Amino acid sequence: MTTTHTYDAVVVGGGGAGLRAAIELSERCRTIVISKLYPTRSHTGAAQGGVCAALGNVEEDSPEWHAFDTVKGGDYLVDQPAAQLMTEEAVEAIYQLERWGLPFNRTPDGRIDQRRFGGHTRNHGEAPVRRACYAADRTGHMILQTLYQQCVKRDVRFLNEFYCLDLIRTDDGSTAGIVAYELATGELHVIRAKAVVFATGGYGRMFRVTSNAHALTGDGPAVVWRRGIPLEDMEMFQFHPTGLARLGVLLSEAARGEGGIVLNSEGERFMERYAPTIKDLAPRDMVSRAIYQEIKEGRGGGPNGDWAYLDISHLDPEVIEEKLPDITEFARIYLKVEPTKEPVPIQPTAHYAMGGIPTDTDGRVVVGEDETVVPGLYAAGECACVSVHGANRLGTNSLLDLVVFGRRAGDDAARYVAETSLPSIERGAEAQALAQLNAILHRTTGDNAGDIRKELQDTMFELAFVVRSEESLSKMQQILGGLRERYERVAITDKGAAYNTDLMETVELGFLLDCADALVAGALIRTESRGAHYREDHPLRDDANWLKHTLAYREPDGTIRMDFKPVKMGPYTPMERKY
Amino acid sequence: MATAAQVLDASERPVQVHGQIQLAVRVRRFNPEISDESWWDEWTVRCDPLERLVEVLHQIKWHHDGTLTFRRSCAHGICGSDAMLINGRNQLACKVLAQDVAPRATIEPIRGLAVLKDLVVDMDPFMDDYRSILPYLINDSGEPDKERRQSPEDRHRYDDTTKCILCAACTTSCPVFWGDGDYVGPAAIVNAHRFIFDSRDEAGRERMKILSEKTGVFRCRTTFNCTDACPRGIEVTKAIQEVKRAILFERF
Repeated sequence: MTTTHTYDAVVVGGGGAGLRAAIELSERCRTIVISKLYPTRSHTGAAQGGVCAALGNVEEDSPEWHAFDTVKGGDYLVDQPAAQLMTEEAVEAIYQLERWGLPFNRTPDGRIDQRRFGGHTRNHGEAPVRRACYAADRTGHMILQTLYQQCVKRDVRFLNEFYCLDLIRTDDGSTAGIVAYELATGELHVIRAKAVVFATGGYGRMFRVTSNAHALTGDGPAVVWRRGIPLEDMEMFQFHPTGLARLGVLLSEAARGEGGIVLNSEGERFMERYAPTIKDLAPRDMVSRAIYQEIKEGRGGGPNGDWAYLDISHLDPEVIEEKLPDITEFARIYLKVEPTKEPVPIQPTAHYAMGGIPTDTDGRVVVGEDETVVPGLYAAGECACVSVHGANRLGTNSLLDLVVFGRRAGDDAARYVAETSLPSIERGAEAQALAQLNAILHRTTGDNAGDIRKELQDTMFELAFVVRSEESLSKMQQILGGLRERYERVAITDKGAAYNTDLMETVELGFLLDCADALVAGALIRTESRGAHYREDHPLRDDANWLKHTLAYREPDGTIRMDFKPVKMGPYTPMERKY
Repeated sequence: MATAAQVLDASERPVQVHGQIQLAVRVRRFNPEISDESWWDEWTVRCDPLERLVEVLHQIKWHHDGTLTFRRSCAHGICGSDAMLINGRNQLACKVLAQDVAPRATIEPIRGLAVLKDLVVDMDPFMDDYRSILPYLINDSGEPDKERRQSPEDRHRYDDTTKCILCAACTTSCPVFWGDGDYVGPAAIVNAHRFIFDSRDEAGRERMKILSEKTGVFRCRTTFNCTDACPRGIEVTKAIQEVKRAILFERF
């Protein structure tokens, strides 16, 4: 049974970017949000430390300094006009969140308080600057709640626990809707729409150690990739230095913003050697690599010698209680460590996808070197690549990205909807999705999805993590080929229609495999080290050859074709990245 | 996340592995496509003592019985998907460690909401209650150019209730809610509190009118189940009392 719905716009994903786009759209056209989780359970809610904007509430600041930091932090792979736009719009975006009720921490005179964060500096790198607006260490939670509240106020329509399985495009390449799966009933839905906004988040679940929720399986990027849309800079994946050891649960950079330091097994504050000016507040890629270097040189802790330590024990307990309560609790609950008294074991954790679906600054999906717009197709948030994060995202800029570009995508989609008529679609638009589900459901014996997922996560962590090489990546590519063969034979035990999470987790595994394919292909071809992408066989940045974005295309025969497009430059000339 | 948990077949003799513990996991199952009645299944799992219970459930699902169905996402107590009745207490399965419940975890769906399959319950009535209390800032006095000012003290008044993740652990631990599904429940009141005590909000009276109806705060019998159940450590009962007092004395 397939149900057909007709809307002007459909938003896929109920996290920060999706909700922000929906707020913009719902007042101007018939809009539906489909979300595989109840929206308040989206992973935006896990963001902790803050959202940056040059409000200048506690010390002098300017959007231009913020733009510079964003470009330098991204190791010059950032499209500079996009970063300038984001940092300029940041100020109003934060005030708007406040006026919608977001409970920011306050200065003594009642303004939004701000604190330090990695890579955010005054006057082009002179010293750390207080730029991150925050609500304790649950800023993402408060953004998600506030945006959802505004959706409730506007009576935005949701289809909760619906998964997007396919994108419907017309023969001329326009967007015509999506195919969705209703978890409660197992029914397929064809949702016809003039505009589709993908806001499905990241795909960190391809790695064993990750801060990402189980739901972060790259659904949006994989779905559009299978329909001819390229994926941009997929090799650029951020590994956050302070994940809780073994688990990967995030311990916010705010811990360091408030004065926490990172130690090796000898108790040395080693970042003094790697980033003499801003030390522990160096960008994430540098701190993660420094940890790996310490481990390599035998100064890692823990049973396998692969841990470092985050020390906040010297901070005022009141500061910890007021500003870092959640992460303190994570350490207590999951590692049985008391952060007010002892250093917390940490390990770099797969955190954020800088790459994704290529868009312009209006959220429009663009294809190829000449950036041809795909009519009616939009992406925003982590699943998109604008690119404002380049090769390494600065802390807090993801929350900013999703409010700024969520709004812009929604705004432009509403404009597009008003100018366009609903494309007609052929019967049986759901055929491909249906065939895929039936193939999995009808197979009685075969490979176990859990085994494939585990091997994917273990090997990606082993071979495509903080440190990569031609050898490790080629091996990974080979392993991925084998995993895909096994995936084609996968069989599941749950054959039911209601709440078949067995089936959906298997579909999600297929999305993860696609994203891993694209990531490894990009990492292999980019024979340089830039930002989060570190090749030990090519340890230096190579601007002459690689100051460009990669585009990975899935060809009809299943192979991957790589293409490139130039970085949009601006006022900032690439220089050596020192902090 | 890799996990050390291993599911043992019933016939398999437990092997002592250094540092691991054995955990019996007993789950109340329900699948309307199979039977109108619920039943119990039990698995024995060997795992790290610090393994999260939600990951133990994953090991069972991924390697032993794919039909075992539960909600989860973030796996560290932030998203609120995996509230379950664990050894008689409403908890998030991702905040319970194997060693906290060994040798046996008995897991049932949270109570008072219709069970749809295994540990999955119908969240819609719960979300309807949440929506009923106008859970958004209302201020029609014009918008400033920048931010509205709020002193740290005023900000602090509603800090606790901003932590709510809508997991339903409180509401579904409340005996009044079990007896009368019309009761708006602790979670909705917590979210009303969050706005009633926010100095920027102007619709406190409207919310208190909603909550003074017979489905509202005065159904609360102060059993503190909600406070005990809250995985975010919100003093739920205290928040409810503050709303009651505000209604009685029109002070907020």
